[in-house]
Amino acid sequence: MRLATAANEAYTTSLTVSELLGCKQCGGGRVQDEELGIKIPRPLGHGPSRFIPEKEILQVGSEDTQMHALFADSFAALGRLDNITLVMVFHPQYLESFLKTQHYLLQMDGPLPLHYRHYIGIMAAARHQCSYLVNLHVNDFLHVGGDPKWLNGLENAPQKLQNLGELNKVLAHRPWLITKEHIEGLLKAEEHSWSLAELVHAVVLLTHYHSLASFTFGCGISPEIHCDGGHTFRPPSVSNYCICDITNGNHNVDEMQVNSAGNISVSESFFEVEALMEKMKQLQECRDEEEASQEEMASRFEIEKRESMCVFSSDDEEVTPARDVSRHFEDTSYGYKDFSRHGMHVPTFRVQDYCWEDHGYSLVNRLYPDVGQLIDEKFHIAYNLTYNTMAMHKDVDTSMLRRAIWNYIHCMFGIRYDDYDYGEINQLLDRSFKVYIKTVVCTPEKVTKRMYDSFWRQFKHSEKVHVNLLLIEARMQAELLYALRAITRYMT
Amino acid sequence: MEKMSRVTTALGGSALTGRTMNCHLDAPANAISVCRDAAQVVVAGRSIFKIYAIEEEQFVEKLNLRVGRKPSLNLSCADVVWHQMDENLLATAATNGVVVTWNLGRPSRNKQDQLFTEHKRTVNKVCFHPTEAHVLLSGSQDGFMKCFDLRRKDSVSTFSGQSESVRDVQFSIRDYFTFASTFENGNVQLWDIRRPDRCERMFTAHNGPVFCCDWHPEDRGWLATGGRDKMVKVWDMTTPRAKEMHCVQTIASVARVKWRPECRHHLATCSMMVDHNIYVWDVRRPFVPAAMFEEHRDVTTGIAWRHPHDPCFLLSGSKDSTLCQHLFRDASQPVERANPEGLCYGLFGDVAFAAKESLVAAESGRKPYAGDRRHPIFFKRKLDPAEPFSGLASSALSVFETESGGGSMSWFVDTAERYALAGRPLAELCDHNAKVARELGRNQVAQTWTMLRIIYCSPGLVPSASLNHSVGKGSSCGLPLMNSFNLKDMAPGLGSETRLDRSKGDTRSDTVLLDSSATLITNEDNEETEGSDVPADYLLGDVEGEEDELYPLDPEHVHPEEPEYVLPQEAFPLRHEILDTPSGPEHLQDKADSPHVSGSEADAASLAPVDSFSLLSISHALYDSRLPTDFFSVLVCDMLRFYAEQGDVQMAVSVLIVLGERVRKDIDEQTQEHWYTSYIDLLQRFCLWNVSNEVVKLSTSRAVSCLNQASTTLHVNCSNCKRPMSSRGWVCDRCHRCASMCAVCHHVVKGLFVWCQGCSHGGHLQHIMKWLEGSSHCPAGCGHLCEYS
Repeated sequence: MRLATAANEAYTTSLTVSELLGCKQCGGGRVQDEELGIKIPRPLGHGPSRFIPEKEILQVGSEDTQMHALFADSFAALGRLDNITLVMVFHPQYLESFLKTQHYLLQMDGPLPLHYRHYIGIMAAARHQCSYLVNLHVNDFLHVGGDPKWLNGLENAPQKLQNLGELNKVLAHRPWLITKEHIEGLLKAEEHSWSLAELVHAVVLLTHYHSLASFTFGCGISPEIHCDGGHTFRPPSVSNYCICDITNGNHNVDEMQVNSAGNISVSESFFEVEALMEKMKQLQECRDEEEASQEEMASRFEIEKRESMCVFSSDDEEVTPARDVSRHFEDTSYGYKDFSRHGMHVPTFRVQDYCWEDHGYSLVNRLYPDVGQLIDEKFHIAYNLTYNTMAMHKDVDTSMLRRAIWNYIHCMFGIRYDDYDYGEINQLLDRSFKVYIKTVVCTPEKVTKRMYDSFWRQFKHSEKVHVNLLLIEARMQAELLYALRAITRYMT
Repeated sequence: MEKMSRVTTALGGSALTGRTMNCHLDAPANAISVCRDAAQVVVAGRSIFKIYAIEEEQFVEKLNLRVGRKPSLNLSCADVVWHQMDENLLATAATNGVVVTWNLGRPSRNKQDQLFTEHKRTVNKVCFHPTEAHVLLSGSQDGFMKCFDLRRKDSVSTFSGQSESVRDVQFSIRDYFTFASTFENGNVQLWDIRRPDRCERMFTAHNGPVFCCDWHPEDRGWLATGGRDKMVKVWDMTTPRAKEMHCVQTIASVARVKWRPECRHHLATCSMMVDHNIYVWDVRRPFVPAAMFEEHRDVTTGIAWRHPHDPCFLLSGSKDSTLCQHLFRDASQPVERANPEGLCYGLFGDVAFAAKESLVAAESGRKPYAGDRRHPIFFKRKLDPAEPFSGLASSALSVFETESGGGSMSWFVDTAERYALAGRPLAELCDHNAKVARELGRNQVAQTWTMLRIIYCSPGLVPSASLNHSVGKGSSCGLPLMNSFNLKDMAPGLGSETRLDRSKGDTRSDTVLLDSSATLITNEDNEETEGSDVPADYLLGDVEGEEDELYPLDPEHVHPEEPEYVLPQEAFPLRHEILDTPSGPEHLQDKADSPHVSGSEADAASLAPVDSFSLLSISHALYDSRLPTDFFSVLVCDMLRFYAEQGDVQMAVSVLIVLGERVRKDIDEQTQEHWYTSYIDLLQRFCLWNVSNEVVKLSTSRAVSCLNQASTTLHVNCSNCKRPMSSRGWVCDRCHRCASMCAVCHHVVKGLFVWCQGCSHGGHLQHIMKWLEGSSHCPAGCGHLCEYS
């Protein structure tokens, strides 16, 4: 089951990065037992994430009781403690809700058979060429008795799942194009038709895995050791670069900054945080005095929407997806396109007319009981999660910053909040941060360690993971809103 | 002045007039509000803000308040309210957080009066004080409620909801200083307008957001709330603790709730999603709406009673861009379509049944039992003027006595348990079932089975000769024939592994040996009409005697009525219990279920090249002169319907299963499904779980066969701390102990756990069974003489 070529590619790119960094050799590594002639796999990479140094991440065994219970639950539900869990445990409160939802979606009573659920997960993750998730779910898929033939490509799966391919594609890249005709096409396809309940289950799974793929790339999750790309049989050698070099580079603040983002001094990056704090304070204070006119407010949204497409990093080269992963979906060229660049006018989605709390929740809960509740909780936790810290500062009210991030992501999908001044986004989110957000949300497969490192340099890793949680939940909600609105329109 | 006079007439008792009507708006409405003269209504939405006059026959647009060239977000209204004291004063809540007041008395085209931009987020609700001319209250998504005095430029006081979004605010109609607010987290707060520092009272009313609330117009302290949890609750706020008095369960989240004027217990609701109707409920009868308005094609977003003292006129605005006036007399009343009936069992099996008299009279021709004594009793109830349903109170009551013995259903249970439905050739099944029926004294049924056997299995006299013929002639076929027999009978004996292998072999057609055997077996099971001669031949021919011996040889070929299953429970995850039971009918069913039904056609085709045997028998079939079985299928279907009509759905389903493909296509899916579900229901009432599960598995209808696939989760509690074990069945999260240990092998039991009800020790099913063969004492050593039934 060689599906992880994409991951290997990712490795090659990161290895080149490590070359740039002037890698020092790494010590350690397992001794190969040559006497017996057995190849012993050696873990590639150290720790669950390529972006976050291993020692920053909680070690299994040193967790407190709450985390321990979480780990135990996760292990029991999945039969493993995957790297996603290990990274997310920075935020145990969220992790708990996340695991509960995922467990319910994949294993509890629901309209779709188990192997369908994993297959849909594979389809969704493959859209973003996320070999990590594809590998995990290929295993699960086979484990629950899925037909291995299906894995040869979507065309080998039942017609019913093939029909879902189109929705998967649109949902992942241009959710605003979903119409009730898409829904109708799925629900009225003779013997291959979906029921409404099944469709809602599928939509929730698709959005869940699209955003999880964002998280995987956004935090640089390393492949699991049992998957391809997670281990090597190569003996450790002094001349070879090892992934740990990159993480080592992280500890040395000066070196990292010099290398990854040009010549920015420590003090400068220190001021970054100060400046951000200052801006937040200003916005808070001057809010009441300054009265932006209506047109200005409207145009600010448009500007932000338009600008959000320009923030793409310059190296916008077309990555052709690895064949192995791409066989799970068709039309590999179909990617995220910004509205205006594409030359068409997409009507703005007003959240006041269709929002998750009032409309989406009721629809999901009606067709797939209890899931609405679980997702609702997850959104709430992600949106409201705060430790009132910012880098080295304590007792900061970060609600403004979190709202800016959330609304910026929705803005990229054309979702507008009437009661939000989009000028704030420009003040609070600097360019490198926007590039990161944009990449993680829209084209997660292009995230590099450089991007991860170059935003918010003074912030802790846990805070960057926190940002990622906001990103994936906002993305999931945006996709869900479009899909559910189409379903609602179909129903009325 | 003209308006004023109209109002006085309305109040003076001369009723409003009008009809059910609607008018198309240009855009979806978000909210509506009625002027106090009951002659005008304002409609507000994202891109609409208009005043309509309500005339006798139609709505007439009076005023468009959206003026100016550029669209402004200040005009995108989430809510609108018309002052109930001053017909010139309106207030709107904008989605961008602005509260706007409008003065219709202004001479210019632009009627906008004041603009309050104090809220940071969408304002969900505005509300005027019912008696005070200048007091306006607003509730916003940012978690604040603000009270404005319209004579001043900014708010008088701010009430904080602790950063929970406010969904609704309503001034109490009776208490001058009180208002209620509802929140997204399910709370309801009561405030005194003079004390902005903290709320007077707070309680949790709903699970999830509370979208709306409404004070009762007459009863002081009655507050109705509606939430996303699909409930409408009526609270009594006069007591020190808010007391829930009524609860109405609707079918969708409740967006608006409005008390009906002049009807103490009535309220109208509309929903935010999915459901487009407006319901009027009597809170004392929470299950059936008193009235229902079905005009809208999209969700209703605003409702308002036209006049505070007239219960007949309801106005509504909707996302489908229409404004409607509903008349109560035109409402559909679900209660009228419902037939109130009561049914109760007596101690000795008597049944009392009460129904509306007219219904009983209409059906007097159908007296189910001869021994019924019927007492029509007319209930006289005290007429309650507020109770609109009193008209239905006359009803007839019948009591049915059970005849001793006659009503017993033991024949049903016996039949269900003893019938064989699958796992043997058709002829044998029919014979067996006929015998069962005869023994139970049901001769007609027995006769039916015999006839079925004759119709479908009897090859006439020709085949018995033909088999001899074929055996004698083509000795070459002897070997494959023997092979196939052996394989067939051994396979189940070898347990599940072999079975799996074999079923794999079935799908592959390259192994000749396996293929030939598979062909025979599937033929036999599925009994294609054309191919059925083959197995029938050998069954009725000389092999028949042998057949009886062959079955007992098979150790695991357990018939469904024999309870000793040997369950290899450890080998498989329990979810997929289909794989678990290696009983006779089961493995055959496996085939009938999945790929093999479809595979059987292919097999029939591959039958030819196997050997001379099949060729021969086919050629015999060709000049067999008996009638094709298709000829009878109409008759058989009629017969099945007859039994089902008679109430013997057991017979109908049993024949359906036994005959399988032969008749299935002639009876429509729905009828079949209906029979299956009725039979399964009956079986479950008699606790015949095994039989019912077998029927479910044997059914071909998709809707039925998925019945035993759902809710396969079994919830268990920890034997130690008595808490539910959420994630795993064998180890407790809380006390970290393994809950169920086998008393024999001292390992954790992860599959089936059997225990003695006397001493509560137990373990793996197989271990306990083995143990009890040698000893009758408890394996745990507690000295108890264990009993397992």
